[in-house]
Amino acid sequence: MEIFLIGLIAATLRVATPLIFGTLGELFAERAGILNLGIEGTMFFGAFVGFVVGGLTGSLWLGVAAAIVAGMLSGLLMALLSVQLGVNQHVSGLGITLLLTGLSLFGFRLIYGEPRIPPAIDPFSRLAPFGQIRILGPVFEQYALTYIAFALVPIVWWLLYRTSFGLQIRAVGENPEAADAAGVNVFMTRYLALIIGGGLMGVGGAFLSLGQLGAFTYGIIAGRGWVCIALVIFGNWDPFRVLLGALLFGGVSALQLRLQTTGLRLPYETFLALPYLVTILALAIAGRNAAYPAALLKPYKRE
Amino acid sequence: MLRVRIERSPAPVWMRSLIPLVAILVTFVLTASLILLAGASPLETYRYFFVVPLSSQVSAIEVLVKSTPLLLAGAAVAFAFSAGYWNIGVEGQLYAGAIAAAWLGTMLGGLPRAVAIPIMLVGGFLAGLLWALPPALMKVKIAVDEVVTTLLLNSVMLFVVSALLNGPWRDPISGWPQSPEIAPSSIFPRLIPRSRLHLGFVIAVLVILAIWFILTRTALGLKMRAVGLGQEAARFSGVNVGRTILIAALVSGGIGGLAGVGEVAGIHYHLIEGISPGYGYTGIIIAMLGGLVAPGVGLAALFIGLIDTGSQTVSRALGVPVYLGDVVQAALLLVTLGMLILQHYRIRLASD
Repeated sequence: MEIFLIGLIAATLRVATPLIFGTLGELFAERAGILNLGIEGTMFFGAFVGFVVGGLTGSLWLGVAAAIVAGMLSGLLMALLSVQLGVNQHVSGLGITLLLTGLSLFGFRLIYGEPRIPPAIDPFSRLAPFGQIRILGPVFEQYALTYIAFALVPIVWWLLYRTSFGLQIRAVGENPEAADAAGVNVFMTRYLALIIGGGLMGVGGAFLSLGQLGAFTYGIIAGRGWVCIALVIFGNWDPFRVLLGALLFGGVSALQLRLQTTGLRLPYETFLALPYLVTILALAIAGRNAAYPAALLKPYKRE
Repeated sequence: MLRVRIERSPAPVWMRSLIPLVAILVTFVLTASLILLAGASPLETYRYFFVVPLSSQVSAIEVLVKSTPLLLAGAAVAFAFSAGYWNIGVEGQLYAGAIAAAWLGTMLGGLPRAVAIPIMLVGGFLAGLLWALPPALMKVKIAVDEVVTTLLLNSVMLFVVSALLNGPWRDPISGWPQSPEIAPSSIFPRLIPRSRLHLGFVIAVLVILAIWFILTRTALGLKMRAVGLGQEAARFSGVNVGRTILIAALVSGGIGGLAGVGEVAGIHYHLIEGISPGYGYTGIIIAMLGGLVAPGVGLAALFIGLIDTGSQTVSRALGVPVYLGDVVQAALLLVTLGMLILQHYRIRLASD
């Protein structure tokens, strides 16, 4: 039982890591009033760029840096469309997801051809600050990026609620007219929020290709971006509650892996679908109480 | 002194009607660098994209085959979007229809075609509708954002399909994850002998005509478009907003289901995992390129079908990865959306 629980907790933290990066990225965008449906493609692009750069240069951290830049470029494109031109946010986000997915697959085919076995790299190794100590040892045996993800949650909270930049982001997401009247540059703030958010999404993808998997596969993101969108609503746009959602989803995902091996007579896909169904249920419960940023989806035009 | 001024005023009509052409040209210029990276000539590639598929009867018919699910997926998306319901779940609804067709198709062996095929269509429509029902109800009853729920249900549907194909429907002899072949009486007849063009194309065209009629010629269509323009205003003028959205969402899901029926009954004759390479998402591109109006959706679906056919030819002939087609489609969407906004502005030279 102890081994089961410790394994479950360690796996939960691992599964939650890309979701934390993704949800924090989406949080930035939505708090500034932009629903970024480009997240699924941005994470995919981050996983691809991180893998290629990490593999070609032999430096995994350079891969992470490249994934951040790739994600920021995606955020810039989203800003150009949704902030500058005022294109419908749903469609521009989905368009970016389709574009970056296609671009990644195109690039992958160009560089690696059609290999029978997906090319692999030596992935990040896990840190073990507590060595072989009982419980603490295995639970804290995690990737550096997992530590960074958890450290980012209070940092993002501090940035959003305790700095003037954070106040500006929240202001342009709630009432851009008033923010503008108070001297906030609405366009610049939204640009920055989308670019920072995109960078975070890129790392989330790179964590999978450079850490957890050590490979790039076509199904590497498999809807995790959409889960992040749901978790942001579930977490009511608060970094800590969003973390809670990511841990819950990670926990259910980690549990399903273990339930599969217990010989329950259900198709294993039932367990795979479980986290998604739980998330939908959670959204239904949150329902009307969800406190959407008031200016979400509304393009701002300066008269 | 002369200064460049940007004003908000609609561009002249001749300019607006050129937008699709200019958008296509801009997209070509943007994607040319990728083709050069792949070591091919952009002009030669685009010739394979747009000229070669239409230069022989066989491949021109194949474009129509490719367009069949795209017409239906585009119609499904456009129908829901018209009412402001962001149904991103057409991909899942398509698979729901495909599951229904694969299941019904094995049971209709004793019936004549004239009975079996309508049953397949109704069954597939209902299956797509049912898969669209939970997010629609959640939207109307408890105000849960439909974008997220429909997206998540797409992921769930992939697991449902995988569970069926690796469980009860796994081929007992070959072990392949594919459902048993459907009965001959439930297979869509071919429109042209020795081609893959099937009845589904006629159904897709009829659906496009039907949504054109509903959206432009009926009270329901008027209500839908009113809700799409603004829910508050629509409610104020006496439209039952919840009911209208529910109808739009469910019919959209049903049309998505029909796309799945066509692929099973017209092309594959059984359910396989990759029956749709993302038609539901391509449907969003088509609906937007078509301006959410039926004739536009029809044209856009044919054009995307052409790109799909062309990208496969290019991949075989020039070794440019087939995913170029996906990139061109998505880039075309983004460029067109950007240009549609720019048409509201004029650049003027004015003196102070």
